[in-house]
Amino acid sequence: MSIGALARQTWAGLRVLIAFTVVLGVAYPLAVTGISQVAFGDQADGSLVEHDGEVVGSSLIGQTFEGEEWFHSRPSAAGDGYDPLASSGSNLGPESEELLALVEERRTAVAAEEGVDPADVPPDALTASASGLDPHISPEYARLQVERVADARGLDPSDVGRLVEDHTQGRILGVLGGERVNVLELNLALEELG
Amino acid sequence: MSATAAGLLQLVILLVALAVVYRPLGDYMARVFTSTRHLAVERAFYRVVRVDPDADQRWTTYLFSVLGFSAASVLFLYAFLRLQDRLPLSLGMDGVDPALAWNTAVSFVANTNWQAYAGESTMGHLAQMAGLAVQNFVSAAAGLAVAIAVIRGLVRTRTDRLGNFWVDLTRGVVRILLPLAFVFALVLVAGGVIQNLSSPEEITTLTGGTQSIVGGPGASQEVIKELGTNGGGFFNANSAHPFENPNAFTNLVEIFLILVIPVSLTRTYGVLVKDRRQGYAILAAMAVLWGVALAGVTAAEVSHPGTVPEAVGATTEGKEVRFDTWASALFATSTTGTSTGAVNSMHASYTGAGGGIVMLNMMLGEVSPGGVGSGLYGMLVLAILAVFLAGLMVGRTPEYLGKKIGRHEITLVALYLLAMPFALLVGAAIAASFDDTRASLLNDGPQGLSEILYAFASGANNNGSAFAGLSANTDYYNTALGLAMLIGRFVLMALVLALAGSLARQTPTPVTAGTLPTHRPLFVGLHSFTVIVVAGLTFFPALALGPIAVALA
Repeated sequence: MSIGALARQTWAGLRVLIAFTVVLGVAYPLAVTGISQVAFGDQADGSLVEHDGEVVGSSLIGQTFEGEEWFHSRPSAAGDGYDPLASSGSNLGPESEELLALVEERRTAVAAEEGVDPADVPPDALTASASGLDPHISPEYARLQVERVADARGLDPSDVGRLVEDHTQGRILGVLGGERVNVLELNLALEELG
Repeated sequence: MSATAAGLLQLVILLVALAVVYRPLGDYMARVFTSTRHLAVERAFYRVVRVDPDADQRWTTYLFSVLGFSAASVLFLYAFLRLQDRLPLSLGMDGVDPALAWNTAVSFVANTNWQAYAGESTMGHLAQMAGLAVQNFVSAAAGLAVAIAVIRGLVRTRTDRLGNFWVDLTRGVVRILLPLAFVFALVLVAGGVIQNLSSPEEITTLTGGTQSIVGGPGASQEVIKELGTNGGGFFNANSAHPFENPNAFTNLVEIFLILVIPVSLTRTYGVLVKDRRQGYAILAAMAVLWGVALAGVTAAEVSHPGTVPEAVGATTEGKEVRFDTWASALFATSTTGTSTGAVNSMHASYTGAGGGIVMLNMMLGEVSPGGVGSGLYGMLVLAILAVFLAGLMVGRTPEYLGKKIGRHEITLVALYLLAMPFALLVGAAIAASFDDTRASLLNDGPQGLSEILYAFASGANNNGSAFAGLSANTDYYNTALGLAMLIGRFVLMALVLALAGSLARQTPTPVTAGTLPTHRPLFVGLHSFTVIVVAGLTFFPALALGPIAVALA
């Protein structure tokens, strides 16, 4: 065996790789794309949601909602918040003083905003998600926001509360994952309500 | 239903699904690699690329084919990434910088898929699907091929031939990975994973702000990223990104895909060595390690010790609401036990104990159940070590499946077990020693050391996940981690193929009353114990200064 033998195998390897690139790198993804677009067009395009005929987002990608009349999303570490061009978690560790300060700051802010005891602010309202694009909040955090949203919109809190219950999704098949509320879908339904 | 009951039921569903496919897939893979017939499409493929599919290779030639193919892959992918701005579907992305292109090319060829870049801001669609995703397929198939060659070394006698790499590679792609990927890609799209060729599209949100909705051939890449135990995410947030992993159903499918080949391959092994109990014993040892790690990570994350988790009341930092703690811990254990490295939650924000266990999971050498192919041959090397240790205790020449473990064999085993820690610890020690390299750390103190250790554990074990606070896109980390990945992949492959070549030459020793049975629970215990002791002795001092110090803080 020699460098010559290795060079021959590398040359053979390059031929094999180029052939595989055509099959696996072009034909395969295009075939999957073609079938997906026909059979599952909505999902393949990103589960987009419309409002008044305009695309206003994706039901899978969270958005920043500010202002008293909206249900708020979780804190986000993606860019300036919910930036799909910069998906990311905070990556701060369990002993990080920076993270601890952030958590306490958020707790105070949310408690003041919702007019509740700081101890009642649920964990997802205090922490950033892994992707920074989490479309969901916990049912607890959604319920916490009902009073404020109803107040700001001049709606009956029980109507808004019912809306939250309607938009609370249980575990898939009763088993998989967590209970959650899709913030964009909830806010869209809120807009319909008036 | 309580979170605990739901979490346990989810685990049961996963285990049942794996049990159902274990025999058919394992038997099928055994047939794939023993069949003497080439499919018509394969014969056409061999003609086009001009390789002789009927040549039976010596271990050296087999290794040279692996190395030649991988070298060609690195060069090709490097050029592809550097030049992506001149190619179609680049989305206006620039060519990738040299150090990052080197790191990424090595990373994907070595089945590591460490990502020092963010997909959505670095890679165009063509670079993703025709550059990176192709390596997801072929690097997994190369690992599978080497595992099969090692099995042949155990099975064959009085020969210096281990099979044909090009045939093993092609069959792995054509008959196993591609069909499975195709079907499950569509399952993932149906579940909500994106699959299109769109550029980022700016939309006006409900509140009048703007947001860019990103596109891309996501599902076709996501599926092989898991199935091939690769782990390189289409987006920076990897499988935590809602477009890669939209709900708890796709999450479970992805965990299943991560585990299915490494697990079923133990059946293939049992069939090929004509003693299925040997395969079950290897699987049992893998399952013990995986199970203990899963219990540890889940317990740590659910009970949430640590300053921040206690202040918050849960470990929701770096986790998505749609995956609860259980689904996150299950994914984390599976991805670090298999050299996958995809993440659905950010390991850097795990509790000290949880983060420490997923790190240790990699340091075991990726054998619980390990990467596609690499998990099996890693486990076989450790089984040979376990046999050797048992032989020392009773003063008898050790043998495994009738093959004597002599000085030459155990030397190769020892080198195999030292190469990865060498790459890991030396790389990490250098990184921890200089102000310049420490400047990349996000957290300081023990958590900072954990970031470094995790990065090199991830590189040297071809995992690819990260304590992602580390800013790894610097010349040192790109270069050093690239080297660690190369050592962790190809030095180990060379040693294990040399071992296979040596075993294949032997005349088998008949089984006697003094032979240590390697299919009994006693051996499973010895085997798993060996894995833990080897890793424990090697890495305990480093772990004590990093994650253990965090956990005790």
